[in-house]
Amino acid sequence: MSPNETRVPITSEADIVTARQKGRSLAVELGFQGADLTLIATAISEVSRNIVEYAEGGEIILQPTNHGNRRGLSIVARDDGPGIPDVAQAMQYGYSSRRGLGVGLPGAKLLMDDFDIVSKAGVGTTITMKKWVRSNAR
Amino acid sequence: MRVPILKQSHYLIASIQSVLSDADLLRLRDDLSERVGQYRSRGVIIDVTVLDVIDSFATRTLRAIAHMLRLRGAETVIVGIQPEVAFGMVQLGLTLEGIGTALDLEEGLAYLDQKTKRNLHVAK
Repeated sequence: MSPNETRVPITSEADIVTARQKGRSLAVELGFQGADLTLIATAISEVSRNIVEYAEGGEIILQPTNHGNRRGLSIVARDDGPGIPDVAQAMQYGYSSRRGLGVGLPGAKLLMDDFDIVSKAGVGTTITMKKWVRSNAR
Repeated sequence: MRVPILKQSHYLIASIQSVLSDADLLRLRDDLSERVGQYRSRGVIIDVTVLDVIDSFATRTLRAIAHMLRLRGAETVIVGIQPEVAFGMVQLGLTLEGIGTALDLEEGLAYLDQKTKRNLHVAK
């Protein structure tokens, strides 16, 4: 476990708020500004809700990341739910979900710079997404 | 945290004071639907100025509230969507189609006055 990672257990809808608040404050520390903070918090909200809706529980793991001289925030959403049978379908914008608008996961992908999803039936789903601090202000 | 709902003549004002969980939003929906009947309100203002995130669930719930209240005979206007939040909603492709929006409380009241004018006239 990396010393600077933050883990937020997600077991109920109340944890969604905690996860996005922790994500936002870490993003501030890393130098994100303005609308990027909102985009990050919103993306965390969408992937956290996915855990609450489809899995018994899971967690959000937040940590700083680097690539070359780029700095960023890495967000991992991990659950040990039933897994997503058809990831390609789930990633289609507008594909139905129980409580949302079919926007959740594809929406989170639109808000972040990198987005990767791995899902295995009976094992769970892991989403890894990243956003990079922009060198020039918006 | 429960959202306080104030009665201002024939309008209701729901002034969101802190970030809301999904459950808080659903409670706001139920509270407003009940109060509109209780106070025979013609219009409802939902002030979202303090919200730093309006995600797909919040959008869906705000739409549901506006549609439910319209069925109950009241117009809804959402006021105070922050510029960053608006940007995020656009990025996500979220819309509040068919729902009134206004910059702030003052504009929201003006919006409702205009929207409910005809109804008030008919009521007399």
